[in-house]
Amino acid sequence: MSTETLQHPAPTETDDFDPRAEGQRLIKDWYAQLETANQRNAAVANVFVMGNAVEILRTFDFELVFPEINSLQTGVRKASEEYIRLSEDYGMSPDVCSYVKADVGLILKENEHPAGRIPKASLAVASNMCGTFIKWAEIWERWLKTPTFVLDLPGQRAAGWQVRPGDAQHSADARWVEAQFQELITQCERITGKRFDMDRLAEVEERVNRMVDHWNNVMALNRQCPAPFNAMLDGLTYIGIMNVHRGTEEGVEFMRRLEAHLKGKVARGEGRVAEERFRLLFSGTPCYVSMRRLVELFETWGGVFAYSDYLTFAAGGMDATDLRYDTSRPLESLAEVTALAAQRGLSNQFFAHERLAQQIKDYDVDGVVFHGIKSCRFVSSGMADTREYINKRLDVPTLYIESDLIDPRYWSDAQIKNRVDAFFEALQQRGGAGPLSRKTVATA
Amino acid sequence: MNAQVPYDHEIELSNVLERCNAAARENAIPSQDELPEGFSGTLGHFPVYFPEEIAHAAGLLPVNILGGGNKLEMKHADARMGSFVCSICRSTTELGLNGTLQGLTGFVTHPICDAAKHLAGIWSRNLPDQLAQILYLPQNVNTPGAARYIAAEYQRLRADLEKKTGRAIDDEALSASIRTYNVNRKLLRELYRIRRDEPWKVSCTESYLLLRARTRMPCEEHNALLARALDAIRHRNLPGQDKPRVVFVGGFCEQPPLEMLETLDETCYIVDDDLLVGLRWLIEDVPETGDPIWALAESYVERSDASPVQHDARKSKEDYLMAMLKKSKADAAILTAAKFCEPGLDEQLAWSKHLDAENIPYLVLEFEEKMTSFEQMSMQVETFSESLLFALA
Ligand code: SF4
Ligand code: SF4
Repeated sequence: MSTETLQHPAPTETDDFDPRAEGQRLIKDWYAQLETANQRNAAVANVFVMGNAVEILRTFDFELVFPEINSLQTGVRKASEEYIRLSEDYGMSPDVCSYVKADVGLILKENEHPAGRIPKASLAVASNMCGTFIKWAEIWERWLKTPTFVLDLPGQRAAGWQVRPGDAQHSADARWVEAQFQELITQCERITGKRFDMDRLAEVEERVNRMVDHWNNVMALNRQCPAPFNAMLDGLTYIGIMNVHRGTEEGVEFMRRLEAHLKGKVARGEGRVAEERFRLLFSGTPCYVSMRRLVELFETWGGVFAYSDYLTFAAGGMDATDLRYDTSRPLESLAEVTALAAQRGLSNQFFAHERLAQQIKDYDVDGVVFHGIKSCRFVSSGMADTREYINKRLDVPTLYIESDLIDPRYWSDAQIKNRVDAFFEALQQRGGAGPLSRKTVATA
Repeated sequence: MNAQVPYDHEIELSNVLERCNAAARENAIPSQDELPEGFSGTLGHFPVYFPEEIAHAAGLLPVNILGGGNKLEMKHADARMGSFVCSICRSTTELGLNGTLQGLTGFVTHPICDAAKHLAGIWSRNLPDQLAQILYLPQNVNTPGAARYIAAEYQRLRADLEKKTGRAIDDEALSASIRTYNVNRKLLRELYRIRRDEPWKVSCTESYLLLRARTRMPCEEHNALLARALDAIRHRNLPGQDKPRVVFVGGFCEQPPLEMLETLDETCYIVDDDLLVGLRWLIEDVPETGDPIWALAESYVERSDASPVQHDARKSKEDYLMAMLKKSKADAAILTAAKFCEPGLDEQLAWSKHLDAENIPYLVLEFEEKMTSFEQMSMQVETFSESLLFALA
């Protein structure tokens, strides 16, 4: 979830909406709000981007801190190394998630973050979607005494797992999620001294519905050729807003204007790159310290990331039109949708071959780029095996590169450039019609 | 020849240990012909906890898949799993790809960490005929409804196993399995009691071998072996030595090599540990009456141990370690973590900071199942143990 302090040349605009500038503004405002949260005695919650019950927290007016976004922002702002080193000096292993280490660095720096002061949280919600979330929350629990709620979201159990809304399995899972929401609500009431308001939940959900509708339309626009945005650069701004402003009117407005803006681009035939020669799918997490550079290595070859599974799992899996809240039954519906969305988000990793196979078709890509992160076992543990499957069984060319989310010590420019160049040379040799001569992939 | 051989507890124990040692070092799984009577297949389960009773009642021999030890040659997995993933996941993948685990009827992993969850995907891509799945044991066991959710998850597993084997698992069979495992739990509790109270009678390595043997044999057979071993251990008449009493933590998932445990035994009494804690996860007997699935599910919530990969608001990891130290009257702790095991490494740091604050001595060790050199570790442990004895003198 970048917030686009990444510098990149924006395509020529013909409307007055600049997603990058607007995204930056929204993130800046959010950090400014956070800065004063403790003084204002506002309730503050630490949440993760996957499985966070933000809808409930918003009804209690919690200010939301996203520690992952804090960590990635240290990378975007070229300050991550200092934070990571601080935590390693404290004793953290070099082999654990660098987001966690940057956050421990933040605690050691008494919450001084390059974007401003991060407030102390009165609640943390950690889901099991990434195992590290729980270990991370335990650090706050023991160190800062932050009350922690672990939201357990059952994922896909096996390959070929079919869960349909309302079937027995989905109902059992949703029932479990709802029981946890009930308890979370009680905890929120205790912390904030406010009564839970079901109508407010419905209002938040209604905004999330609108936001997700626009989001899905935005994603679908990139099925067009040329793709109007780069999923791993522009898309990072979009997902940042999707997470930070999920359920706010500003968030809805951003997504609405974004959709209109991109529709305009599509209508004018404007792509993200001047000449789109290769459509690619990016699997994994970004490298926030060098994302601009990484994308540049691809775009100079006319390669654009039409999609990334990151845009699915890092927003908790809300990427399908059937995931809409029924605001007439807000809590039950929240549980039902959360159970399904979490499953989709998790499937993107643990049974990645199934989801990737679908995304390869949906976005009509020429190849898949896997970005392995040593310290993120959530995305990386099954990657080499998935790659083998995509290569051999689906006969789709792939590239594997490795760096880190925010630790600049793992970025090796020459090596990555060589690999990228070799990949494109192979793609060229493979031949086939360039994307522009193909017919439009799908309609938005 | 009918001459009475006098009972010699040392011979008896060494016979049992030999059998256990063979079982513990075995990566292979019994082939269809070698299956014990009453079993039609094998169900592989990854650490930490798995409700073996359900597989047992289905006529599937529960086989705990604990990686490849330090003798396995990696031929396939290097290309399929990054070098930054813990050894147990990599070697388990190797055993899947090199054919060793080809004969499993199924393979079940758990949401203990992300690397472990990925094994289900790897399995489904490479061994599609097996029933490969994640048993979603919850990371929230505190919300009312957790037991109900676990019961639903166990019922799902039960139905999947029934479908796979074509054999119904009735409640009676499940209850019988629970009774068999309750016997096992009792015997293991006794083994650990002796470790705590009379550590000179049984070393950590011996106790570990006895425990680990269950991963390759039916629980009934294991019960018989344990009973024989315990009897022999009680008869043992070994003098106590001048060794410090320590607890060992960090063995909840990837297993340290036996040589490492032997190294520790040489200079310390390891009076308690979390080795293979999943095999003794339920710390009390499971109720033998009522709905057996409910009994197992409810036991997971109410009668379970702790580990770095299970969140439970009632049990802080620090309290867990402190309770272990107290109960076993240990002077110090050996805090280990498997290399690249994120949860283990996080916990190791937290524990060390806590013991600093409590002024309790500890030794930090990192291990890998595949390690083969122990000299440096041996020196470290020796120094640690001497410093403890000196401090205690
Ligand atoms: S391990 Fe990966 S998914 Fe999990 S918190 Fe770290 S970066 Fe995020
Ligand atoms: S050793 Fe650690 S990282 Fe590896 S599977 Fe076990 S818990 Fe996960």
